Amino acid sequence: MIDIKNFSFAYSKTPVFDNIDLQFEKGSIYGLLGENGVGKTTLLKVISGLLKPTAGSCEVEGRKSFDREPEFLESIFLLPDELPLPDSATPERFFNEMAVFYPNQNLDMFHHLAQELQIDPSRKFKEMSFGQQKKSLLAGALALNTDYLLLDEPTNGLDIPSKADFRRILSERVGTGQTIIISTHQVKDVENLIDPIIIISNNSVLLNASVERITEKLFFEYGGQQRPDALYSEMMPGGFLNVLVNDGMGESQINIEGLFNAVLRNQSTVRTMFV
Amino acid sequence: MDFKKQKPIYQQIADTLCERIVGGELPAEERMPSVRDVAIQLGVNPNTVMRTFEYLQQAEIIYNKRGVGYFVSPDASDRILALHRKEFIEEELPAFLQKIKLLGLTLDDIAKMQ
Repeated sequence: MIDIKNFSFAYSKTPVFDNIDLQFEKGSIYGLLGENGVGKTTLLKVISGLLKPTAGSCEVEGRKSFDREPEFLESIFLLPDELPLPDSATPERFFNEMAVFYPNQNLDMFHHLAQELQIDPSRKFKEMSFGQQKKSLLAGALALNTDYLLLDEPTNGLDIPSKADFRRILSERVGTGQTIIISTHQVKDVENLIDPIIIISNNSVLLNASVERITEKLFFEYGGQQRPDALYSEMMPGGFLNVLVNDGMGESQINIEGLFNAVLRNQSTVRTMFV
Repeated sequence: MDFKKQKPIYQQIADTLCERIVGGELPAEERMPSVRDVAIQLGVNPNTVMRTFEYLQQAEIIYNKRGVGYFVSPDASDRILALHRKEFIEEELPAFLQKIKLLGLTLDDIAKMQ
């Protein structure tokens, strides 16, 4: 479990998080959503021990991230959105060298995933397109087989078939006990994959709830009229998408973009709803 | 008030599995595909598929053999039909009646069309 308590973080004088609490349970695929610049990447860096909390603590399995104990470091991997890659290296060599630090790594899995994503791990990074680099890194990151895997914008640059491959490969990981955190703006790419969903904004956590709980509290109406009591409405083909307080209306299909906008515009209402 | 519904994903997955049962692809007493396989095939979170299976089990369309997996109930097709009827009467029919009223039609008009 990842346990973030009374946590604050600031870049010199610019506060990013102000006294937040956030827990990640083991074995789920978390979706971390937030507008540009709210601190999604910062949070991932703090969890993986690259940045030190200004106040409060961030612990993974009871170990403070920033202490960077060996047992902690071998249990977690952060795949950044952009990584400075050694030009002459190949994914194969890169991950062969990385593998030394991760006792549960599985290089067979790396080759298997590379094949599934149609990349050649013996080609040099500099000869690959951005999307191919991204896929190679994704295959490698998954094959390191850490208990915690943090993916920052993993679907950026992936072509359309690869996005479906990505969803399939990730859904395979549930049940292995691995905890995955995906930070993303491309919510359509991960719509039926991420659960629970976390939304952060304005130095705080606005929502951290499972899809089941969200659809218990909120109702998503597709193609109706615009409703004045909706937390959020948006025109869509055939009517409006309305996000409403679920007042005994039953369950509906979640719409993450609608959820995101509804939560952002009704922060205090949502907070009291999900206490 | 009458809300336009779109079923949650776990129920949509249940519907497709029900179609496979009614269509004979998954006959009575046949072993169901695993939660994991369905999830991977669809690229959805396995917890969602787990909910689908719990929902189907509760509706007695499938049953769980402990330690072996899920199987199609002997009377699964009848139960699916009953479920669809209930769904139609509770959800689709009211919308349908509303619509014919809106269009200035009567049930007699509809009966004559047959």
